[in-house]
Amino acid sequence: MPSVTDKKLTELNKQDYRGSSWSDIFLFNDQLTEEENMIKDTAANYAQNKLMTRVLDNNRNESFDKNIFKEMGELGLLGSTIKGYDCPGVSYVAYGLIAREIERVDSSYRSCMSVQSSLVMHPIYTFGSKEQKERFLPKLASGEFIGAFGLTEPNHGSDPGSMETKAIATKGGYILNGSKNWITNSPIADILIIWAKDEQNILRGFIVERGFKGLETPSIKGKFSLRSSTTGMIHLSDVFVPEENKLPEVKSFKGPFSCLDSARYGIAWGALGAAEFCWHAALQYTLDRKQFGKPLAANQLIQKKLADMQTDISLALQGSLRVGRLKDEGKSTPDMVSLIKRNSTGKALEIARISRDMHGANGVSDEYHIIRHVMNLEAVNTYEGTHDIHALILGRSQTGIASF
Amino acid sequence: MKILVPVKRVIDYNVKIRVNSEGSAVETNNVKMSMNPFDEIAVEEAVRLKEAGKAEEIIITSVGDKGSQETIRTAFAMGGDRGIHILNDSNTEPLAVAKILKYIVDKEGIDLVILGKQAIDDDSNQTGQMLAALLNWPQATFASKVEVNSSELKVTREIDGGLETLKLNLPCVITTDLRLNEPRYASLPNIMKAKKKQIIEMPISDTGVDSSPRLETLKVEEPAVRSGGRKVADVDELINVLKEEVGII
Repeated sequence: MPSVTDKKLTELNKQDYRGSSWSDIFLFNDQLTEEENMIKDTAANYAQNKLMTRVLDNNRNESFDKNIFKEMGELGLLGSTIKGYDCPGVSYVAYGLIAREIERVDSSYRSCMSVQSSLVMHPIYTFGSKEQKERFLPKLASGEFIGAFGLTEPNHGSDPGSMETKAIATKGGYILNGSKNWITNSPIADILIIWAKDEQNILRGFIVERGFKGLETPSIKGKFSLRSSTTGMIHLSDVFVPEENKLPEVKSFKGPFSCLDSARYGIAWGALGAAEFCWHAALQYTLDRKQFGKPLAANQLIQKKLADMQTDISLALQGSLRVGRLKDEGKSTPDMVSLIKRNSTGKALEIARISRDMHGANGVSDEYHIIRHVMNLEAVNTYEGTHDIHALILGRSQTGIASF
Repeated sequence: MKILVPVKRVIDYNVKIRVNSEGSAVETNNVKMSMNPFDEIAVEEAVRLKEAGKAEEIIITSVGDKGSQETIRTAFAMGGDRGIHILNDSNTEPLAVAKILKYIVDKEGIDLVILGKQAIDDDSNQTGQMLAALLNWPQATFASKVEVNSSELKVTREIDGGLETLKLNLPCVITTDLRLNEPRYASLPNIMKAKKKQIIEMPISDTGVDSSPRLETLKVEEPAVRSGGRKVADVDELINVLKEEVGII
């Protein structure tokens, strides 16, 4: 005879059966345009069929498959918001949806996509000369070229204003000296956007190409986070950069900050994809796993955790969507991006940790994927402005007092 | 060569199907809809023929409510050229769909129709065959390989116990099986271009086809929930259970 708990399990399954609304309680998909839904489906299909199948190996062995850039390029996922130069010119909401679907698999792959799109293609598109755009954007869009972004330095993370990298004007260009640290893609990059101060202490941006003399990009091994993407340093010792590789429209930190604003916006969406994976996995695991004669999901403690996850994710998606729409209307501000970046990454990390806990011992096995998301989200919560720094940005905008 | 590919908007294959509260139909409210997977294969095959220079134009058509236009646009994003949407808010049975397709074939001067062998919602597997009969055209159903040499087609079909290869002349009707090809992902540039492609909307009454249903649905039920198995101690108990409880011996 079926036991009482079997009956309960059937009822639980029935509720799941009763509609897909638990996973999309505010009917989020109805808020998207037809195109955005199609773009989301393309990104989701690609991520699940081509990235999910590689991630276990890439993460275990700290290996990265460069073909991923070409595959993303073929689908138009790189620099997708740019109009022209072989880029599709989709909405910022669509860009967010892509980030969410890619990061549902792994934050590393989303980081590669974000760096290429927001930190390399965006500054060339926004601050570059016509020649620079024509020369670099199509190759970056197709994934033939891989890009990196060098702002953070060994001694200057949250405080890039004190950067030490120098650009000294010389005949026909500049001589660059300095070091950059924690640079996604740097060991494999064909071009690197380098930020440096000139003799007048004015911030300048440069496109440094692989093969320039004096450029070295050693990789950082032993990362316990974002293991499926390569991270490295950039050493510049007397690197000559010709005048035509200087970004002509940059004269202050507004340059790199505009890049970071765009990347942070993508991270706010991406982290929610990782959170959703951890939430859905926790739900399925606790429905399947029986202890004390009943599924774990029959316990109030578990259901409370699931409700918290659903609440945090559903509300965060609404916030991200709102900022995306404002970005498309040209009305977004860095403060609102700080708010969603901080909220999404902090909540996603918390959700991943709780999901890890709900998975018991299996939570630490990479085959369940949860511990990988926990480790990744530690970096995602930190990079592009830490959780605390974004709080201080929001605090400054309310009080008018900068505490940093 | 002008190719017609009919596409049907169905409940996405990942969605768990449930019956509506009246027990009269499958619930479609707030359920993710997408293109019938066999139709995706049909679109892909047509696009490959066009890319190989063997077809000039791919016309996509769908019979259904307003939402069908989204499905037509998905086909555009894969490579379809223009669309005809036959608007009908109620269910259209295979015979009516076949008659509508005949109307479009005659009107547009179509040389080849590629259809999914069946739709995953009603699993009728009838429209392609009915269309071939109405047009009096040759047909190759359950295709797993299609080769075009000018006006002659060689089609490999999946049949019980093996493969059958047919030779057909254009114009003709092909229905696709799962292994014909692997449909491409719609790329972002193509999704953006799809917006600019034209869909002509036409009420079903304009086709002159009588779409009133020939079938009446009495009721729709969910499959019985499987009850768990159990172990018995020995053969005697098994026989006893089969006699007394199950009642089959």
